[in-house]
Amino acid sequence: MTFIINGEEQQVAAATLADLLSTLDYEGEWLATAVNGELVHREDRAGFTLGDRDRIEILSPMQGG
Amino acid sequence: MLKLYDIAVQSRLLLGTARYPSPAILAEAVRRSKTEIVTVSLRRETSGGKASGAFFELIRELGVRVLPNTAGCHSVQEAVLTAKMAREVFRTDWIKLEVIGHHDTLQPDVFGLVEAARILTGEGFQVFPYTTDDLVVAEKLLEAGCRVLMPWCAPIGSAMGPVNPMALRTFRAHFPDVPLIVDAGIGRPSHAAQVMELGYDAVLLNTAVAGAGDPASMAEAFALAIEAGRLAHSAVPLEPRDMAVPSTPVIGKAVFS
Repeated sequence: MTFIINGEEQQVAAATLADLLSTLDYEGEWLATAVNGELVHREDRAGFTLGDRDRIEILSPMQGG
Repeated sequence: MLKLYDIAVQSRLLLGTARYPSPAILAEAVRRSKTEIVTVSLRRETSGGKASGAFFELIRELGVRVLPNTAGCHSVQEAVLTAKMAREVFRTDWIKLEVIGHHDTLQPDVFGLVEAARILTGEGFQVFPYTTDDLVVAEKLLEAGCRVLMPWCAPIGSAMGPVNPMALRTFRAHFPDVPLIVDAGIGRPSHAAQVMELGYDAVLLNTAVAGAGDPASMAEAFALAIEAGRLAHSAVPLEPRDMAVPSTPVIGKAVFS
């Protein structure tokens, strides 16, 4: 399927959000995810089914003021 | 003792974590500042998460409370979603709410700020709003559920210090019981001392420390200035006068004529 991941279009074979993170080698308790503008909690990723052209945001901590 | 959303803190310095020459210098600056609260941000992850994981661990090892921010958000929707994602990562209801309204001055969009604050407090967040020194906006933020206000004293990163001390004085007088933190625009420890002398409860800094030649020493200098300013405020400083007043008593002065 085609997804918009952090603003960039990518083709990835993934049925759920957890699959997607695993396939793209994202890991860490410090990652936060949202799909189509809505937060998806860590514990809900495995059961969260993705659709074609879903907009996925994967954020992580960085330095800030 | 200062209480921020019922959390008591000793240090009246909140420190940002950006722009330090190295993680080690950031850690040393945090240690020497004696701060108990640091601000952090969230950004799009592009490398799988390992680099951000190292930063996450560094922050955790500092043993300080985290105040995540929504820096760089230009809309209510962005700020609200970023706040929710920050809560997911840092497991805190605290959020430093920024809704930026102008690219060059980084002036807050105060209309969006109030709207986002209302949404977030409704969802259980404890909001620290980055705002201007406008009293009416501040009233609206309190109505929206904020219990801390963070007015700027000059544009973010400008290092100008208080450009409108009268507005800050009025702001303090108008909200005597609300914890007030000056956020943005401080450049030197003397600026921090100045706002503390005006009765502000705390100061939030980043660039003034991180951008100094020796960030760790500057962090300590700010800590001392903030403490001095706070002590001076509690000691009730003299108000300026137009005319001279002799400090040596004139009674009993010898007259040679």
